[in-house]
Amino acid sequence: MKTNPLRSVLTHLLLLTGAFISAMPFLWMVTTSLKPAGVLYQAPLLIPTYFEWSNYVEAWKAAPFPRFFLNSAIMTIGITLGQTLFSAMAGYAFARLRFPGRDVLFFLILGTMMIPFPVTLIPSFLIIADLGWLDTYQALIVPRVVSAFAIFLFRQFFLSIPQELEEAALIDGANRVVIFARIILPLSTPVMAASAIFSFLFAWNDFLWPLIVTNSTEMRPIQVGLAFFQGQYGIFWTLLMAATVLATIPAILAFLVAQQRFIEGITSSGLKG
Amino acid sequence: MAMFLDEVQRAGGERRRRGKLGTMARREARWGYAFISLWVVGFLLFYFVPMIASLVFSLFDFQLTAPEEARFVGLENWRRLLFDDPLVWQSLGVTFKFALISLPVGMISAIFLAILLNSKHLIGTSLFRTLFYAPVMVPAVAGVLIWSGFLDPTTGWLNQLIEFITGFDAAGPNGIRWFDDPFLVYIAYTFIGLWAIGNAILYNLASLQGIPTALYEAADIDGANFWTKTVNITLPMITPVIFYNLVLGVIGLMQYFITPYVLNGGSGYPQGQTYYYMIHFFKQSFGFLNMGYGSTIAWFMFIIALGITVLLFGTARYWVYYAAETR
Repeated sequence: MKTNPLRSVLTHLLLLTGAFISAMPFLWMVTTSLKPAGVLYQAPLLIPTYFEWSNYVEAWKAAPFPRFFLNSAIMTIGITLGQTLFSAMAGYAFARLRFPGRDVLFFLILGTMMIPFPVTLIPSFLIIADLGWLDTYQALIVPRVVSAFAIFLFRQFFLSIPQELEEAALIDGANRVVIFARIILPLSTPVMAASAIFSFLFAWNDFLWPLIVTNSTEMRPIQVGLAFFQGQYGIFWTLLMAATVLATIPAILAFLVAQQRFIEGITSSGLKG
Repeated sequence: MAMFLDEVQRAGGERRRRGKLGTMARREARWGYAFISLWVVGFLLFYFVPMIASLVFSLFDFQLTAPEEARFVGLENWRRLLFDDPLVWQSLGVTFKFALISLPVGMISAIFLAILLNSKHLIGTSLFRTLFYAPVMVPAVAGVLIWSGFLDPTTGWLNQLIEFITGFDAAGPNGIRWFDDPFLVYIAYTFIGLWAIGNAILYNLASLQGIPTALYEAADIDGANFWTKTVNITLPMITPVIFYNLVLGVIGLMQYFITPYVLNGGSGYPQGQTYYYMIHFFKQSFGFLNMGYGSTIAWFMFIIALGITVLLFGTARYWVYYAAETR
């Protein structure tokens, strides 16, 4: 098929414009974070013209950012591992094992995707409070490991694994746990990656739940920590943006390193139209 | 993605023939229950029990400050919600007004960018993809803070850019005040949402790449131009993903919270125009600690979201194309 050169140029132009608009806030954040406070009410230029590194030192001192990161990391890893394990197991049962009530249960699971979070929020909060878990990592992690979407991903993937592999193992006397751990899981790295990525995005962006179940500064994940930081330093753009850069960099770096996997994971398995 | 919704529609009607279970089948069933047991415990504890509990709470006058004094009040909370709390309707209005602006803009942009990214002979595909996806990785709160500064009339760039292009006096203290104007504030919030449409772009892109090339080849033979192909092949073929994005978008917008909460602490500034339904829920539940009324607000949200979802599913058969059905 021949491509119209004019259309090709137009496509590139439109995409460049979009990419530029998408990148501008990043640039603004970085240049602002490097401005001295004295020129606050003067819009920064496109590239940094000042290099006031002390903004970072001050922001770093003003709030325990390393601690926020540690909390976010523990929370994200916990939720991701939990969701992946729980969902892989349940997904296997729904794909491969027959038991009474299976289809009804699967329908219920899909239904939970449609339930807005506030419906379960208040009682979940009270359960956590009753367990004495407020302001702990358990509170941040345990209620969030139940994911309907991940189960769906796993089930769809397991359905595509040939049944013969399992039947051979069953005849050899292997039980289901062995089959699951030795045969099914090793074949499932693509879907595990995809599921882990969705869990990661979910946990990383979780805000309301951590806001409610943490109350000490030491237990806040980065999102909540940043919101409180803004409450205190709201009008100091330079400090605030230094803090925002600190909050943003680790995730962006992680993404740039793993982006191929990441984008493939999101676009793979079950997501195609 | 679309398969997912397909499954939702199908699972409801599916019934398996049931007979007596043999020994093998019984063993298999036991393993089945063992494998789902962890999930079921989690489901009961953090979905099922809380859902029922909050429905029960909605019938009680239940203040967190005095839980012992909670008492059954019947439908009093529901009466208050429907007839005696103007903020419910105001915040619902705000939520829908915003949804009507931001949902179409976001979805059309995501489709448009995906189609552009899917063009042949594109230089730098992966670079563009990275740039459009990177904002998704920014923690939502950080994204809101960045945009609040970026749109600031004195220190931000957008107004400078507008002034540069149009010559209109947009920047400076008397310039465009995005967050202070009762209408512009919706545009500002839409920008913030647009910045993070990376996931929607990727879903669309994956769907576009799944369209059989034979369809385009046939159209080429018929002499169809780009526009006809887009309208008659591309868009119909990705309707399942569009539908998916629409349903999740609606459910997500009902719970729109982070942006208004970070920007004004839920005050609704300016003129209550950012007092979203979710903010009302949050204030009643965790500001006034009124767990009974908060639960009522939450359940009402569920009912509305469910109603809209059912409605959308009802329209689906008129415009969503499922390849599987024609086989």
